[in-house]
Amino acid sequence: MSNTDNQGDVWEVFIQSKPGLPHKHAGSVHATDKEMALQNARDMYTRRQEGTCLWVVPLNAIVSSMPEENESFFDPSDDKIYRHPTHYVMPDGAKHI
Amino acid sequence: MEDVKKLEEFQAKIDSEIKIEPKDWMPEDYRKHLQRQISQHAHSEVIGMQPEGNWISRAPSLRAKVVLLAKIQDEAGHGQYLYSAAETLGKSRDEYIADLQSGKAKYSSIFNYPTLTWADMGAVGWLVDGAAIVNQVSLQRTSYGPYSRAMIRICKEESFHQRQGYEIMATMAKGTPEQKAMAQDALNRFWWPSIMMFGPHDSDSPNTGNAVKWKIKRETNDELRQKFIDKTVGQAEVIGLTIPDPALKWNEEKGSYDFGEMNWDEFWNVVKGNGPCNKQRLNHHKKAHKEGIWVREAAIAYAKKQKEKQLVA
Repeated sequence: MSNTDNQGDVWEVFIQSKPGLPHKHAGSVHATDKEMALQNARDMYTRRQEGTCLWVVPLNAIVSSMPEENESFFDPSDDKIYRHPTHYVMPDGAKHI
Repeated sequence: MEDVKKLEEFQAKIDSEIKIEPKDWMPEDYRKHLQRQISQHAHSEVIGMQPEGNWISRAPSLRAKVVLLAKIQDEAGHGQYLYSAAETLGKSRDEYIADLQSGKAKYSSIFNYPTLTWADMGAVGWLVDGAAIVNQVSLQRTSYGPYSRAMIRICKEESFHQRQGYEIMATMAKGTPEQKAMAQDALNRFWWPSIMMFGPHDSDSPNTGNAVKWKIKRETNDELRQKFIDKTVGQAEVIGLTIPDPALKWNEEKGSYDFGEMNWDEFWNVVKGNGPCNKQRLNHHKKAHKEGIWVREAAIAYAKKQKEKQLVA
């Protein structure tokens, strides 16, 4: 298949299922421009009233952390238990805190 | 040495039900197995549009027509979800489609059978989608994250397919004697191919071993087939149709149905490309793909032009 005959670029699709909720990753579509990406996402991922808003993002615009870096990337938060409310000792009888 | 350790870590993740995601390390055979299985699943959804498309222009009512159109559009969507999942394994959609068209990749043999009457639309929805659902419900728990997510989405949509098929069968079964006979004939033709959709017996299935160990498959071919049969027998009884298997009999002891042996010569013959419609299905796919070239070229040219405009402004 030549370069002028392909399925277009990959765009990742995010759906907000109702107002107030975050957009959540749903899958991907192929498209050659942003309007087409949005229309394809609508046809593919919202055939049953799944959403109130759609985002499409070119795959190559997403920067991801890599699994092999997980240790150095996420572990430092392991030993900072003082970031959690349960770390603090409350006097007996204290309420609403 | 490094790989042995990685393999152990990988198996430990699988054993403790942690999903594998695209960027994670995975054994090459795991990747290959998924590329094959997910793309075949995607091809099946797409090729599966053809036997049903055959009846759009002849649907017996406007209701039946809009339902059939919606169902076929769903199948296209399911194919896309699955291609999306397959692409996360580092192989492009163009490559997958090329493999389908060259015959290197297979799709479910069930779609190589013709749909001769309107009752076949009932039988396909009830039995073919019914069998697919049993398989897909099980695959929701597959170990590869993107495949599992695609299956969850598909299962949500699929139950309408089976119900609309069963409704067609039920309606015809209580119609005129000719209509009932047509429904029975469709059941007769689609029963055996449907239960063969689950694949060869576990003892003869070359792809089961690692697939179960790696939790790509959560249940074996024979287990899934038994589930489908146990569900379906009662549904046939309710609408007064007879499953064409004289050996079919409730087994009180094992709490499930015994059934007759499938015709595996026929199965392998269709897999090898000699079913009634193999050539037609593939040729149609190639033709549609070729006829769409100008659309893809125009879209790329348009996108390029828009980009240039933006640069100037």
